[in-house]
Amino acid sequence: MSEVSLHKLYSNEPEIGDFFSLLKPRVMSLVVFTAIAGLLAAPGDIHPFVAFVSIVFIALGGGASGALNMWYDADIDSIMSRTKSRPVPAGKISANDAKYIGIVLSAISVVMLGLASNWLAAFLLAFTIFFYVIVYTIWLKRATPQNIVIGGAAGAFPPIIGWAVVTGNIGFESILMFALIFVWTPPHFWSLALFMKNDYDSAKVPMLTVTNGRKSTRNHIFVYSLILALVALSVGLSSLSGPIYWSVAIALNIQLIVSAFKLRDRSEDECVSDNSSLERKFFKFSLLYLFLHFGAIMVETKTIIAWPGF
Amino acid sequence: MSFGREHDLHKRRKGRNLGLGLVLIGFVGIMFGLTVVKVTEGQFAEALAGVSRSE
Repeated sequence: MSEVSLHKLYSNEPEIGDFFSLLKPRVMSLVVFTAIAGLLAAPGDIHPFVAFVSIVFIALGGGASGALNMWYDADIDSIMSRTKSRPVPAGKISANDAKYIGIVLSAISVVMLGLASNWLAAFLLAFTIFFYVIVYTIWLKRATPQNIVIGGAAGAFPPIIGWAVVTGNIGFESILMFALIFVWTPPHFWSLALFMKNDYDSAKVPMLTVTNGRKSTRNHIFVYSLILALVALSVGLSSLSGPIYWSVAIALNIQLIVSAFKLRDRSEDECVSDNSSLERKFFKFSLLYLFLHFGAIMVETKTIIAWPGF
Repeated sequence: MSFGREHDLHKRRKGRNLGLGLVLIGFVGIMFGLTVVKVTEGQFAEALAGVSRSE
């Protein structure tokens, strides 16, 4: 075999970065951020090293479910332009390898979280992985346009896990944080579907834009934005809140409803003429929305990490 | 047929090996740190038995 043919044979060998991409680092960053918020907001003390290790393994669990998602969705990821450069469809890592990496990392993350903190937190992490992989990826994603609505629960669990790491139970406030992410997820992904319209069509994924049409999706975004604002204001009535949270929530939720209203009344001609600029802005704004709400919760709640000796 | 010393394949494998090495070192560090914390906080038996921190 010549060096040229060997080069061709190995040109798709994965680099370390491909394994990192397999864990969906963007999703992991959201998981880490919201889990830290749950951990900081929870009443009680926790050793900073235990807190750090818990966050590492919650992130690893999120990454493991990302790898399992890439294993199962290898066929549709290779069709959609947004996902075809992922390591599995790009031919860097085989779908089978992604599956085994996902299974092993899931087991490691759950067991290590249990050993580091407590077994309720570990069970919640295991349930989150189960929900994301089995309920969302394998069952709902290709079966119903409500895939995002129900499947969004998987992404909403990290603050509950963070809370459970500190307290060993599930508090009302952690359920409010769950609700905030749960209701935020549908309008966030539907706005993405509005400007990645050909992707979901081609892959035959029953997103709302494909099954109910774009006008209906715009209406759904508006209605869910109203519900989201109500949930965000409900958080304001809990012990997670204070003047900073209220200032952030009022400003962001007015902006949210105005943007969703504009999005609802927009014609498809306007959307085509400006290359979906409003839809793209809404998508980016929704990321900022979640980041600032959880940032405000973190600022409002006292720092509960007790350094040894203090 | 052997590769030249600077073949891209070697670089990629070296990167992967280094990455895996760092991950393993990190894992050992985490296990060591957790052991120290559990022992100094008197939670060694708790860690072994898997009893909830709140109990």
